[in-house]
Amino acid sequence: MLFTRSAARTALAAAAISIPLTTGAIAQGDTIKVGILHSLSGTMAISETTLKDVMLMLIDEQNKKGGLLGKQLEAVVVDPASDWPLFAEKARELISQDEVASVFGAWTSVSRKSVLPVFEELNGLLFYPVQYEGEESQRNIFYTGAAPNQQAIPAVDYLIDAEGVERWVLAGTDYVYPRTTNKILEAYLKGKGVADEDILINYTPFGHSDWQTIVADVKAFGSAGKKTAVVSTINGDANVPFYKELANQGVDAADIPVVAFSVGEEELAGIDTEPLVGHLAAWNYFQSVDTDDNADFIDTWQGFIGDDERVTNDPMEAHYIGFNMWVKAVEKAGTTDPDAVIDAIIGISVPNLTGGLSSMMPNHHITKPVLIGEIQDDGQFEVVWETPGLVVGDEWSDFLPDSKDLIADWRAPMSCGNFNTATGKCGGKGS
Amino acid sequence: MRIFFQVVLAIAFSIVLAASPRAADLGELINGLAGKDYKETEAQIGAIAATGDSAAVPVLEALQAGKVYFRKSDGIVFIAEKNGKNFKLTDPLTGAFVEELGKRAVKKVRVNNRLRRAVRGALGGLTMMSPDPGIRRAAAAATFLGADPDSIELIDTAIAQESDPSIAMLLRQARAAAVLNFDRPEAEHIEAIAVIRERGDRDALALLIPRTEIEGSVGMAAAEAVSRINSRLSVWNGAQNVWYGISLGSVLLLAAIGLAITFGVMGVINMAHGEMVMLGAYTTFVVQELIRNHAPWMFDSSLFIAIPLAFLVAGGVGIAIERGIIRFLYGRPLETLLATWGISLVLQQTVRTIFGPTNKQVGTPSWMSGSFEIGLLQITYNRLAIVIFALIVFFLLMVVLKRTPFGLKMRAVTQNRPMASAMGIRTPWVDALTFGLGSGVAGMAGVALSQIDNVSPNLGQSYIIDSFMVVVFGGVGNLWGTLVGAFTLGIANKFLEPYAGAVLAKIFVLVFIILFIQKRPRGLFALRGRAVES
Repeated sequence: MLFTRSAARTALAAAAISIPLTTGAIAQGDTIKVGILHSLSGTMAISETTLKDVMLMLIDEQNKKGGLLGKQLEAVVVDPASDWPLFAEKARELISQDEVASVFGAWTSVSRKSVLPVFEELNGLLFYPVQYEGEESQRNIFYTGAAPNQQAIPAVDYLIDAEGVERWVLAGTDYVYPRTTNKILEAYLKGKGVADEDILINYTPFGHSDWQTIVADVKAFGSAGKKTAVVSTINGDANVPFYKELANQGVDAADIPVVAFSVGEEELAGIDTEPLVGHLAAWNYFQSVDTDDNADFIDTWQGFIGDDERVTNDPMEAHYIGFNMWVKAVEKAGTTDPDAVIDAIIGISVPNLTGGLSSMMPNHHITKPVLIGEIQDDGQFEVVWETPGLVVGDEWSDFLPDSKDLIADWRAPMSCGNFNTATGKCGGKGS
Repeated sequence: MRIFFQVVLAIAFSIVLAASPRAADLGELINGLAGKDYKETEAQIGAIAATGDSAAVPVLEALQAGKVYFRKSDGIVFIAEKNGKNFKLTDPLTGAFVEELGKRAVKKVRVNNRLRRAVRGALGGLTMMSPDPGIRRAAAAATFLGADPDSIELIDTAIAQESDPSIAMLLRQARAAAVLNFDRPEAEHIEAIAVIRERGDRDALALLIPRTEIEGSVGMAAAEAVSRINSRLSVWNGAQNVWYGISLGSVLLLAAIGLAITFGVMGVINMAHGEMVMLGAYTTFVVQELIRNHAPWMFDSSLFIAIPLAFLVAGGVGIAIERGIIRFLYGRPLETLLATWGISLVLQQTVRTIFGPTNKQVGTPSWMSGSFEIGLLQITYNRLAIVIFALIVFFLLMVVLKRTPFGLKMRAVTQNRPMASAMGIRTPWVDALTFGLGSGVAGMAGVALSQIDNVSPNLGQSYIIDSFMVVVFGGVGNLWGTLVGAFTLGIANKFLEPYAGAVLAKIFVLVFIILFIQKRPRGLFALRGRAVES
């Protein structure tokens, strides 16, 4: 009895395992698979769901143009549910089981750090579309979002020059991106002569909803007679109660402006923005930018999603740029093999949506313009300042003593993400 | 900024006393707003304000609201109202309707924060002697913030004409702020510092703190004023923290009180309690969607409609859970824990399947937005409504428990189940209805929580731990214990938060409860009686 039962079980298991292998072999010849690794539930779903949708649109548009290398593209969507270890599991599933040619995904830096070992081990490709804290350059990752010098530093410069800010509140969610960004900003501000007591740093957990005390503290900090501003690296749906509390406690942007790095059109879509007019965000793209490319993109997007009210935002543009760069690199290399694509993609230029060109640099970052926008009462942003040209992403911050000597260059012969120019050796600091 | 302001108000003063302004000039100046960069627009605003003509007030107010556009064809400036995809253009000086144009034919006159500050100051100068007291009050406040020395004579005129004593006080404070920025004899500065010290709030601090650096008696007067205001503020800060603690406590109370009943009466550890709260929040969302689509004029009373519905929905689900699953597991706490945990996952996934995994937008009625001040204590309306609601729910429950037959049966079953059954009470039905009552109250809590937190399928997860914390700390089965426990924990959390930050404050409170339970395992207000021991 036992013998036949266990034999039956083994046979069943063998059959179960072999089915995906055989079907996989059949499918492999027909389509190129593209993995989409974004949270569709949990605290980050508010920001990431729309990125999954834009990737589906881009893949659809590419298929209409004839696909890639003569084959159609197939999207493989997984939901890591704002659970960082699950991101790593899903990434492994995408690369080894679904055999995707490339993955577009992640938002929080903790999710990126969680999947990093998987991409290194299995030699996959990840296009990461979100602004982040820098201090990293990996062979298998392409950073199409802003590095601190393409977002955080110009935003602080704008506040100093245009608003005369002298006192700073650095408020963030408690994980690696806000902590590192605030380290960089603190060093930068002190380098500009801001005193210790003029900087207030505060961290809250993901999904924090009781902002009464913190907003009151901001008001108290702002009443020392010096112009005060809040630099917000708050991520996810905690932003909604934060902005509601700002509005309820009457924090006027003309008195204490808040500049956010993780709040875009998508996060504002669910709030009444009339009391928030004048608060700021720093990005490399806004839906309100008036160019033909952007108008076409918005029309295609709203047609694809079937909703005139759906907004576009900066990470969506980053996916647009990253996807087009990947397509061009695969066409140049003639294959989807990751090593070939990694070599081919450096130097590739594609148009961005704000009327310029974006190029992939040897450090796996791209060139982007910096735009500072003020919130309007319809949830859109109005650009109040922009850089005259494009800024090259600098992942190793010049303001931190550990990283100012480091550069990254993935072209042969250097092929190193953290080359220390002072000592002349690769591996100057942990990745 | 200050220089342009000086020019503005000096000319404003002279023109106010001199000949009447000429509308043609004003019209030209307004048209000059078109198509400039921020610096030039700022100068243009200064020139407009300098005319001292109150006819400029509508266009300045429209500029602050971002409603000033110019026609691309000829550069004429209008005030524009959005009408679908078009704009209704009205003349900025007369307010007469001119024409309607599509959005491609007009361009917005852009403003940023700096310009909004300039407009605020300009409006303050122009409206200081308006017939409407509300406008005069706003003008006095704006002039105080502007603190420009050249407005002093204008303010003096306004004070002389002012009939309302509170507005006159604001104007005197504005004058004092302006004097401090002016090169006057020390005695006048010290007098101004005294006036501002009487105001005694954060704006006063903002003016005085930089002046403590000045040498001599002015600096000393400022330092003394600052320390007086600080001690006054610290008292108000303490009160503010107590208020925040009370509002956090009311949230904890609402979430936990249903659990106190089910845990207390039946000893059932209900891990699906958070999902009852979530169901109440989603009921609110559904009610608001229906109202938005069919009867938008009822939006302000949407919460009052949602509360009884949430009670019924959550209560119904609670009774179903009790009759369907829990009644088979009485006396087996571990199985109940697992079973209710499984139910919570099922409920979350059901809601996720029906409504989608992303957050749902629940709107706030207009009477619940904004805040008011008592002295220096700022109270937001939404939190105040939640505190009042929590207390009403608490007292209603007390009434049900102490004064109704059902409450009597519930208490009997809690104290001695076999005896109650022997007395003819149908304990299975009492259990089912108690569970329904506890879940229904959680549903009503969900209506309140939808106003301050995001509505998502995970909403319940944020409150389940807090609910158990409150019930364990306050004493199982005792409503007063839950009340005291909730408010104590809320206030403790809010007093720790400024020093330790949100995350550490929570940790300290949890550690404190763990230590407290070691000493008093039954919580603050334990139920006494022999039967309870079993």
